[in-house]
Amino acid sequence: MMPEIQGSNSPLVLRRVAGAEGIPCVMVEGNCTLTAIGERIQQIATELSQFATEPELRWDLTQVARMDDAGAVLLWRGWGNQRPRFLFVRPEHERLFDRLEETWTPPSEATLDRLWPIMVLGKAVFLLWEHLVGLVILMGQLVLEIKYLAGRPSRIPWREISANLYRTGAQALGITALVGFLIGVVLSYLSSRQLQIFGADIFIVNILGVSVIRELGPMLAAILVAGRSGSSMTAQLGVMRVTEELDALTVMGIPHSLRLILPKVIALGLAMPLVVLWTSAVALIGGMVVAEFQLGLGYKFFLSKLPDVVAVSNLWLGLGKGIVCGMAIALISCHFGLRIKSNTESLGEGTTNSVVTSITVVIIIDAIFAVIFSDVGLR
Amino acid sequence: MPKDNCIIEVEGLYTRFGNHVVHENIGLCVQYGEVLTLVGGSGSGKTALMRQILGLETPAQGTVRVFGEPLRGRNRQQTQNMRNRCGVLFQKGALFSALSVYDNIALPMRELRTLDEDMIRDLVMLKLEMVEIAPVHANKMPAELSGGMIKRIALARAMALDPELLFLDEPTAGLDPELSEGFVKLIKTMQSELTFTIVMATHDLDTLVALSDRVAVLADKRLVALGTLREVINTDHAFISNFFCGVRGRKTLRNNSSIL
Repeated sequence: MMPEIQGSNSPLVLRRVAGAEGIPCVMVEGNCTLTAIGERIQQIATELSQFATEPELRWDLTQVARMDDAGAVLLWRGWGNQRPRFLFVRPEHERLFDRLEETWTPPSEATLDRLWPIMVLGKAVFLLWEHLVGLVILMGQLVLEIKYLAGRPSRIPWREISANLYRTGAQALGITALVGFLIGVVLSYLSSRQLQIFGADIFIVNILGVSVIRELGPMLAAILVAGRSGSSMTAQLGVMRVTEELDALTVMGIPHSLRLILPKVIALGLAMPLVVLWTSAVALIGGMVVAEFQLGLGYKFFLSKLPDVVAVSNLWLGLGKGIVCGMAIALISCHFGLRIKSNTESLGEGTTNSVVTSITVVIIIDAIFAVIFSDVGLR
Repeated sequence: MPKDNCIIEVEGLYTRFGNHVVHENIGLCVQYGEVLTLVGGSGSGKTALMRQILGLETPAQGTVRVFGEPLRGRNRQQTQNMRNRCGVLFQKGALFSALSVYDNIALPMRELRTLDEDMIRDLVMLKLEMVEIAPVHANKMPAELSGGMIKRIALARAMALDPELLFLDEPTAGLDPELSEGFVKLIKTMQSELTFTIVMATHDLDTLVALSDRVAVLADKRLVALGTLREVINTDHAFISNFFCGVRGRKTLRNNSSIL
C-alpha cells in the first residue's frame, strides 16, 4: 500500500513511443488526479489536443497509478469528447470513461426576453401591491386580535410587551441621547452665528424650540429606532422562520400575530413617544449649552422663554408622530420578517428592505403630518 | 501499530466545555483507505471529536495530525492544500442557500482557479450523475429540494475535488429507510471506484454495519473500543452491549450475519 501513497504526488506524464510493429503509441504515466495535475492543467490539455489530431494513435493508460473524475474528464476533453479508436485502460479506470460516455448535458439557461423592461416594471408594481395587501391584512389581523383580547384580558401578552418595551425603548436611550445632543449642539451653533449677524440672538429659543420639538426630535428618534429595532425585529422573525420556530408556534395553536407581532407593535407604539420626548429634551439641552457659550443666553432665561414661543401643540404633534411612526416601523418590520423564506440570502435581503422601507415610510408620515397640521402650533 | 500508515492521528486529546469534560485522553489512528465509524450515545462527543479533527474547534489539550501534519501552524497554502484533499458531508447538508445546486458543486472547483468553465460543467454533471440527481434540478435552489436530495447534493459537493479523505456526519440521519439504504449503497460504490478514506459518525446501525471496516466506540469520555465490528461487539462494556445487543441491534446484526 505504501508505494502507492508515496507515489500519490508523482505527476502525470505523456510520452510518445514507437510501440510494437512501429505503430505510434502514447504512454500515459503517473497520477491522473486533480491534485497531481494541479497548475499544469493547461499544458497537459494542449499536449493532449496535439496528440488527438492523429486518429491512428494508440493510447496506453495501463501505467496510470490513480485516476479520478477530474483526470478522466481532462483526457476525455482532450480526445474531443469521444473514446479514441485504440485505447488500453485498466478495468478499474474503464468505469470512469463508461460514465463519461453517458454523461448528461446541463439544462440550458433561460433566455432573456426582449420585453424584459416591461416585465421588470410589472413585477415591481405587483410586488408593491403585494406588500400593500400584506400590510393591510396584517393590520386587520391585529385589530381582530385586539378585539379577541378585549374579551379575554387574561390572554394579553404582558410579558412580551414589557420585554419589547425594554428592548426597543430603554435600551435605545443611550444612542438617541448621544445623537440628539450632537444635533442640538450643531444646530444651535450654526443658527446662533447667523442670528448674531442680525442681532436677533434671542430668536435662538424659537428656532431650536420649534425645529427640535416639532420636527427633528421625532424624526431622529424614528430613524434611529427604525434602524435599530426594526432590523432586529425583522431578523428575529426571519431566523425563527429559518429554524422553523414559527411553524412550531403554529402547530401549538399560538398565533404569530398575537404573541409576536401585537406585542411588538404595542410596545413600539408606547416606547416611541417616550424616546421622542427624551431625544427632544436632550437635543434642547445640547442647544442650550451652546447658546450659553456662544450668545451668553442663560439656562434659566432659555427655559422660561421656551413655553412662551413654542405652542404646546407642537409637543403633542411630536409625540403623535412618535406613536404613529413607532407602530408603522413595528408593522413594516414584522411584515418583512414574516415574508422571509428559509434561506440566508432572503434573510439579508428582507432585513435590508425592511429598514429601507421603514425609514422611507417614517419620512412620508412626517410629510403627511406637515401637510395636515400646517396651521397648528405655528404663529 | 505502524504510525506512518495513519492518515489521521489523534493523540492525548482532551475536550472541555467550561467545567464539563467531554473527552479524556483520546488516541486514535485512521488508516489509509479504511472506513472508520465513530459511535457513541448522545452527548458522547462524536461530533465534537469530528469537528476537532476538521480543525473547526481546538482541543483543550492534545494534538491532531491530518496527512501527517499538525492542524495548527500550517501556512495558508498548506492549509488550502489540506482542505482540498478533504471532503465533508455535514449533517444537514450545509448547502449554500444563495447558490443553485450547480453553483454549489462548482464552487470548490472554481476556487481552485485552474479549471476552465467547460471542464467544470462536465465535472459537475458527472458528480450529479454519480449521486443520481437529474439535470433538471441543476438550476434549482436548495430551498426547493427535499431532504434526501439535499443530502445527495451535499455529498456531490463534498466529492467535488475527489478528496482522499471524506468525513460524513450522520450521513443517513433524517432519511427514510429506503433512501438511507440507497445512500449507503452510493457511498459504497463510490468508495470502491475511487479509493478514499472515510471517517463517519453515525447512530444508525444499518449504516454502520454496511459501511465500516473498523468501529471506534466513545463512551465514558474515553475510547472504549476500537477495532473491527466483531472485535468491538466482543468487548465487554455496558454501552456496547446496550447498543449492539439490544433488540434493534441484534436484529440488524442477524440480518447482516454474513459480515461477522
